[in-house]
Amino acid sequence: MGATDIILLLDSSVRFAVPLMLAALAGLYSERSGIVDIGLEGKMLGGAFAAAATAAVTGSVWLGLAAAMGVSVVMSMIHALASINFRGNQIISGVALNFLAAGFTVFLGHAWFRRGGTTPNLRPDERFANIELPFAQEFGQVPIIGEIYEQLLSGHSIIVYFAFLMVPVTAFVLFRTRFGLRLRAVGENPKALDTAGISVAMLRYRALVVTGLLCGVAGAFLSTAQGANFSENMTSGRGFIALAALIFAKWRPWQAMWTCLLFGVLSASQIRLQGVEFPMIGEVPVQFIQALPYILTVVLLAGFIGRANPPKAIGQPYVKER
Amino acid sequence: MVEHQTTSAQQPSKAAGSEFAIDLKKVSKAFGPVQANKNIDLAVKRNSIHGIVGENGAGKSTLMSILYGFYTADSGEIWVDGKLVKIKDSSHALELGIGMVHQHFMLVENFTVLENIILGAEGETLLASSMAKAREELGRLAKDYGLDVDPDALIEDLSVGQEQRVEILKALYRGADVLILDEPTGVLTPTEADQLFRILEQLREEGKTIILITHKLREIMAVTDTVSVMRRGEMVGTVATEDTSPEQLAEMMVGRRVLLRVDKTPAEPKDVVLEVNGLSVTDDIGVPRVKDVSFNVRAGEIVGIAGVAGNGQSELLRAISGMEAPLLGEVRINGELVRFDGDDSAAKVRQMGLAHVPEDRIKMGLVTDFEEWENSILGYHDSEAYGSGPFLSPKQSIAEAERRIEMFDIRPRNPRLKTANFSGGNQQKVVLAREMDRDLDVLIVGQPTRGVDIGAIEFIHKHIIELRDKGIAVLLVSVELDEIRALSDRVLVMFDGEIVTELTPDASERDFGLSMAGVDPKEGA
Repeated sequence: MGATDIILLLDSSVRFAVPLMLAALAGLYSERSGIVDIGLEGKMLGGAFAAAATAAVTGSVWLGLAAAMGVSVVMSMIHALASINFRGNQIISGVALNFLAAGFTVFLGHAWFRRGGTTPNLRPDERFANIELPFAQEFGQVPIIGEIYEQLLSGHSIIVYFAFLMVPVTAFVLFRTRFGLRLRAVGENPKALDTAGISVAMLRYRALVVTGLLCGVAGAFLSTAQGANFSENMTSGRGFIALAALIFAKWRPWQAMWTCLLFGVLSASQIRLQGVEFPMIGEVPVQFIQALPYILTVVLLAGFIGRANPPKAIGQPYVKER
Repeated sequence: MVEHQTTSAQQPSKAAGSEFAIDLKKVSKAFGPVQANKNIDLAVKRNSIHGIVGENGAGKSTLMSILYGFYTADSGEIWVDGKLVKIKDSSHALELGIGMVHQHFMLVENFTVLENIILGAEGETLLASSMAKAREELGRLAKDYGLDVDPDALIEDLSVGQEQRVEILKALYRGADVLILDEPTGVLTPTEADQLFRILEQLREEGKTIILITHKLREIMAVTDTVSVMRRGEMVGTVATEDTSPEQLAEMMVGRRVLLRVDKTPAEPKDVVLEVNGLSVTDDIGVPRVKDVSFNVRAGEIVGIAGVAGNGQSELLRAISGMEAPLLGEVRINGELVRFDGDDSAAKVRQMGLAHVPEDRIKMGLVTDFEEWENSILGYHDSEAYGSGPFLSPKQSIAEAERRIEMFDIRPRNPRLKTANFSGGNQQKVVLAREMDRDLDVLIVGQPTRGVDIGAIEFIHKHIIELRDKGIAVLLVSVELDEIRALSDRVLVMFDGEIVTELTPDASERDFGLSMAGVDPKEGA
């Protein structure tokens, strides 16, 4: 495997990692505020469907993105209502949203497009185009450095750049702003905020709006940037992997990015490893290779994470007590 | 009831407006059928330390929560600085200059001191400049009031006393002129409490008004100018501290005469029943907590273990009661070695005649979601008295529980009531009744009166002495020095996991103070 191969591998790793990163950052806002979000998957799926359907009908990828964000935020607000106002079980609410999204997207797809649950294929101008960075072609001639520029850094859709931008933005918001301070505090000890005269419910709502927005972008990426239509269950567990990555990263933005990239590398290698003859073992069944990233996730989570200290108040509805 | 009028001379108030910083008129608040506050009048003079005493559930905390905007009163008026106000929420109270230091600190553990102080009062969207401003302000407050805390320390690394200072600083940073402290010394060592009182006096010097809620009469006498007494949601009266005595306050609190001293005859110790030899215990992460501790307790005596909380007392109790295997050393009951193998050593220790009243009745002593009768047999539920074979007989158990309710005067007298609905003192009586009302040789008791009313304290103390007089060996662990000295026949002082010295209960305050800080007064200069 030469340098070019490695660069190409990393390039496809980035594509795998981006939806995970967006979903993990989305989860970070929610979980840092003390609300467990197992419904990242459902929100992404809902967003993916809304983006593809809207783009197909209106022809505008940007309206598609807006629809994705809108649907995802609405779902997030349902979760907020259940978790904050009704003090329901956050896991159950999240699981319910996942089921809702899985069923509803297929149902609406059938009803609207009659294509067995998928949406019509989008034309190139109805999708997010890849952005060529300046002089990518010319630079690409230079070995390694040029290739990195051309293959790895250039030629992605705007959402990829947005996702990478969101990492430092999230880190800044979390650690350098008033909102971030309060967000971290409300997930640790909501009473501290309540007694300081800050509304716990309001703060959590705001966090969940951000979660909804980012999940929507992740969904739009899947159906209108990476793919060209929506298909049944196209998120295929990415929301859960993102949640695992978030936990593995101990709810910190930069670490979440690296974890998602690691998973991206595993997913990208998985494709290359299919059908390869291994010394001593021979050819390994494709299914096993495909399962590898997931197996590794379990191993990483169970074995290497050490002690993850989640936000202390996570999962507990806040009740003003006597 | 005796009504007293405030007579103490006050310094002239600095600010204009009313003589009173806070004036509550006919404030009432009900939670469902429970009337927590009934027509409360409370006038707090500016520039004074005003104590509010009352038993648990007397309505002190509710009243202060109304003042701090955590609850709204059903009726009544609140005057702040001579102005009638309706306090909507906590931020409104803060705007009016009312700050509160809660009993359970409202701090974010993994934040720094500085982050905790600015939380909710950051001012700007970006933290950098508000942090810098707060750091400067903090330096000034530290200098003015002697409140020194490292602004960059993490809360989880601070001692309880320091955490409390952070809470006070939080209120001052928000510009509080009236500072409410809810049971501030409950978690403090005697030294830390003294430091706190000095800080409070300093704050008064600087023109602040302090409202101190407590149930400890000694503190009221030591630091307040005026004291108001509450009982069952009503204001019993307000008196100048210099004109009153602990006895009078106790009577006002309980509504009858209370014996603050424990009557007891000299002990008649007999054979050694509990032997502890060279015991060492480590905690979960391997830090030694008890280091080579040896002592005996004889039948018919009470041995007290004094010391500031967190010096190994809890771990010592856990080992002796069989909850945790010691690293080294042995425990013998009636000469028989306690075997720490398997998870059932606590049960085996009980069969050997040891009864254990744990320090934390909520976490270790009771299942608060159970009905009273269930807790009344918990741990002894395999006994034939409560059923046969694998079957439990609720009828027999309830009858037994009713008998104990009578014997220990547990209120309300209803064994079918959820234990969580009993007051702290009555919950403690449930545990005591369960552990004491059986054939036992050794009783080990941890913090028997923590969070218990004065009336119940008197009762519990009497029962412990009675057991001693019946010839039972009692090991008493308490962080309340007064309690240790009142009950014990011999006192062992623990510091940093070791027994520093043995004192008689009538040893001087100074000797106790020294040994609780780790210095043996017999060796010290």
